[in-house]
Amino acid sequence: MKAKVAFIGNPNVGKTELFNRFTGQHQHVGNWPGVTVEKKVGKCVCYGNELEIVDLPGTYSLTAYSIDELIARNFIIEEKPDVVVDIIDSTNLERNLYLTLSLLEMDANVVVALNMWDIARNKGMEIDVKKLEELLGVPVVTTVAITGEGIEKLKETIVKAIKGKRRKIEWSYGKDVEEVIKELQEIISKEEKFKDYPSRWLAIKIIEGDEEIIKKIEESKYKDELLKIASRIKDGETVIAERRYKIIGKIIEEVLKKEEEEWSFSDMLDHVFLHPIFGIPIFLALMYVAFQFTFSFSAPFSDMIDTFFSWLGEIAKNNISNAMMASFISDAVLAGVGSVLVFVPPIFSLFFALSLLENSGYLARAAVVMDRIMHKIGLHGKSIISMIMGFGCNIPGILAARTIENKRDRIITVMINPLMSCSARLPVYILLAGVIFKSSAMAGAAVFSMYLLGVGLAIIMAMIFRKFLFGGEPPTFIIELPRYMFPKISNAARDMWEKGKWFIIKAGTFIFLVAIIVWFLSSFPWEATHGGVYIENSYAALLGHAIEPALRPFGWRWQAGVALFFGFLAKEAIVGTFGALAGESASVAVATWFTPLTGFAYMAFVLIYFPCVATLIVMLREIGKKYTLITITYTISLAFIVAGLIELIGYAVGIT
Amino acid sequence: MNMTNNIIPLAFMAPGERGQIVEIRGGYGMAKRLYGMGLTPNSVIEVIVSNPAGPILVNVRGSRVAIGKGMAMKIFVRRI
Ligand SMILES: Nc1nc2c(ncn2[C@@H]2O[C@H](COP(=O)(O)OP(=O)(O)O)[C@@H](O)[C@H]2O)c(=O)[nH]1
Repeated sequence: MKAKVAFIGNPNVGKTELFNRFTGQHQHVGNWPGVTVEKKVGKCVCYGNELEIVDLPGTYSLTAYSIDELIARNFIIEEKPDVVVDIIDSTNLERNLYLTLSLLEMDANVVVALNMWDIARNKGMEIDVKKLEELLGVPVVTTVAITGEGIEKLKETIVKAIKGKRRKIEWSYGKDVEEVIKELQEIISKEEKFKDYPSRWLAIKIIEGDEEIIKKIEESKYKDELLKIASRIKDGETVIAERRYKIIGKIIEEVLKKEEEEWSFSDMLDHVFLHPIFGIPIFLALMYVAFQFTFSFSAPFSDMIDTFFSWLGEIAKNNISNAMMASFISDAVLAGVGSVLVFVPPIFSLFFALSLLENSGYLARAAVVMDRIMHKIGLHGKSIISMIMGFGCNIPGILAARTIENKRDRIITVMINPLMSCSARLPVYILLAGVIFKSSAMAGAAVFSMYLLGVGLAIIMAMIFRKFLFGGEPPTFIIELPRYMFPKISNAARDMWEKGKWFIIKAGTFIFLVAIIVWFLSSFPWEATHGGVYIENSYAALLGHAIEPALRPFGWRWQAGVALFFGFLAKEAIVGTFGALAGESASVAVATWFTPLTGFAYMAFVLIYFPCVATLIVMLREIGKKYTLITITYTISLAFIVAGLIELIGYAVGIT
Repeated sequence: MNMTNNIIPLAFMAPGERGQIVEIRGGYGMAKRLYGMGLTPNSVIEVIVSNPAGPILVNVRGSRVAIGKGMAMKIFVRRI
C-alpha cells in the first residue's frame, strides 16, 4: 500500500535526524512551488507499505504569518497526508504541544514522536506516555533519533495509523469562546465553499483573525454574519493563544510526574558566551580555532594529495610514449582528479568543525553575539560564520551558510561570499603587489586592502540584495537557543561524511570536466603549442586576444586576459598562467605588463570578477540557477566598475 | 502605558529579573510569531542575559529564547 506521510515539528527537535533515519539515501530536495523554501521528500518501505515522506518546514505554530507555516498548513489541509508525524522535544512539552494542538484541530491523523527521550530520561523526567496518548487521542512513541531507539516502533505505529482513525478530542477554550465557535460552526456547515475545511478549525481561525482564512471568508455570502459573531471575542488571536497554553498546562499537570529543570549549567555557560563584552572576543577566538582546523589541519593532507598526483603525472609522462596521450593523462585526467581531491580535506574538516559547533549548541549563540552588527547590514547573525570561512575558501564558506534556517537570509549570505577573498587569490596579490610596488610596506598594504575591499563590497551588496531582491525587510531576530550538549565525535564524523560526499561525487565530476576542457584549450592546436608548452599559440591565447578589447581600456594585455580565463577554473591558475606565458621568470615579465595603477586595478578585478567554477557548482546547488546567475552577473559587472573606478581615481590624482 | 505601575519594555529588564508579559505591541505578524514560541500575555519570563545593544536571552515556558533589541522594545512586561 502507498501512503503519504508528513513530518512536522518545532526547530531543533531532531526532525532532520529522524527524516534521515527513515529515508536514508532516498531523498529528493526541491523547492515548494513558487517560493524559495526547501522541500525535502523521501521514500521509505515499512512493513510492506511504501511511504512517501514529506519533510515540512520546522515551525512553532501554524499561522498564516510566515511562509514556512503557510506551506506546512496548506500541505496538511490540501494534500491531506495519511499520517502526520509530529516530532516533539520531550524535554520541552509545554512549547512543543502548542503545535500539536494546532495539528489536532486541523483533524490531521497525528502520530506523536517524543524525541530526545534519552535526554528526558537522563534528566530524571517522568512522562506518562499512556496518559498523554489518552489525553491527546493519538498514538505517542518515544524515540531517540540519534541512536535509532524507538524508530521501529514509530514505523509500526505509523503503518497502523494509516488505516486507523484517531479519537477526536476537543479541549474547551472557555465558555465564551466555545459559544462563539459553536455558532460559527453552524454557519460554516451551511456553506459549500468550506466543505474542505474542518469546521472547528475554521471557526478558531476566524476568531484569530487569520489573514488567509479571512480572505476565504470574504468570498462567502455569510461573510458579515461570521465576522460579526467572531468579533464578540476581542483580540481573538491573543485569547486563543493564551487559552491554548492553559490547556497545555492542564495536560502537562497530568502527564509530567517529575521535572528537573536542568538549565543551570547551560545558563552559566551563556553568561560567559553571550557576555556583552567578552562574547565577541570569545566568538572570534573560537572562529580562529575552527578556521585553523579547517585550513591548517587539512593543508598537509591537501599537499600530500597534490604531490601524489604530480608524482603520478610524472610517471605517466615518462612511461607513455604517445606525447598527446601522456599529456592528456597527466595534465588533464590526473591534474583534474587532483584538483578535485585537494579540496576534500578542507571541506571535510569544515563540516566536522561546523558539526561540533552546531551540535554543541554554540552556533546559535554565535548568531546572537554577532546579530547586532550583522543586522545593521541586513544579514543574519549566522552569516558571519560563512563570511569568515570564505576567507579560507568560498566553498566551505557557502556550505557554512546552510546553518541559516531562513532561505532568504541564506541566499544573500551565499551571494556575497565570493567577495570574501579566498586563500587562492592571495598568491595573485602577492605576485602582483610584489612586482608593481617598490616598497614592501606598500605591497603589504595593497594586499591587505584587497581583503578590506572585499568586505566593504560584501556589505554594500548585502544591503542592495536585501532591498531589491527581498523587499527590504531586515530579519527580525528571535531564535530559540538549544541546551548546550557535549558533541559526539561519531556524530560529527557522520555529518562530515554525509555532507562531504556530495562534493566528491557531483562537484568532483564537474570540476574534472572543466579541467579537461582547460587542458584542451591550452594544449591545442597540438603542433603549434608543442604539446602545451607554448600557451601563446593555443586556443586559450586566441581567447585572450578575443577578450583583450574589453581589457584594453584598463591597460591590461592579452596575457592578463588568458590568466583571467584560467582563473575561472581556479584562482590559483592565474599565477600559474603568468608563469607559463612569461617563461622562466614570471615577476620580470609581469613588471612589464602592469604599472602600479593598472596592476592594482587588476588585483581588484581578480578579487571580484567571477567565483571560480568549483564555487559556482556549489552555489548552484545551494541557491539554485536564478541566484547563481545573478551572482555571476553582479560579480562581473562589479569587477569592471571597481577596476574602472580605481583607475579613474588614480589618473585623477596623478598616479599611473 | 503607566510606567509607575512597573510596566517596562522587556529590553529594559536586568538579568535575573522576572516579569509577566502584559502586552505585545508588534502588530499582527510579530505577535503570532511570539505566541508560537511561548511568549503570550500573562506568561512569566525571566531574563538570563541581557546585552546593552544586542539580543536579550530569556527563559519562557522552559525554553531559552534570544530576542533582538528591536523586538524586545515592543514587549511590555510587569516586573514581579
Ligand atoms: N540526545 C539527542 N539528541 C538528538 C536527538 N535527535 C536529534 N538530536 C540532536 O539534536 C540536534 C538537532 O537535530 P536536527 O535533526 O538537526 O533538528 P531539526 O532542526 O528538528 O531538524 C542535532 O544536534 C541532533 O544530533 C535525540 O533523540 N537525542
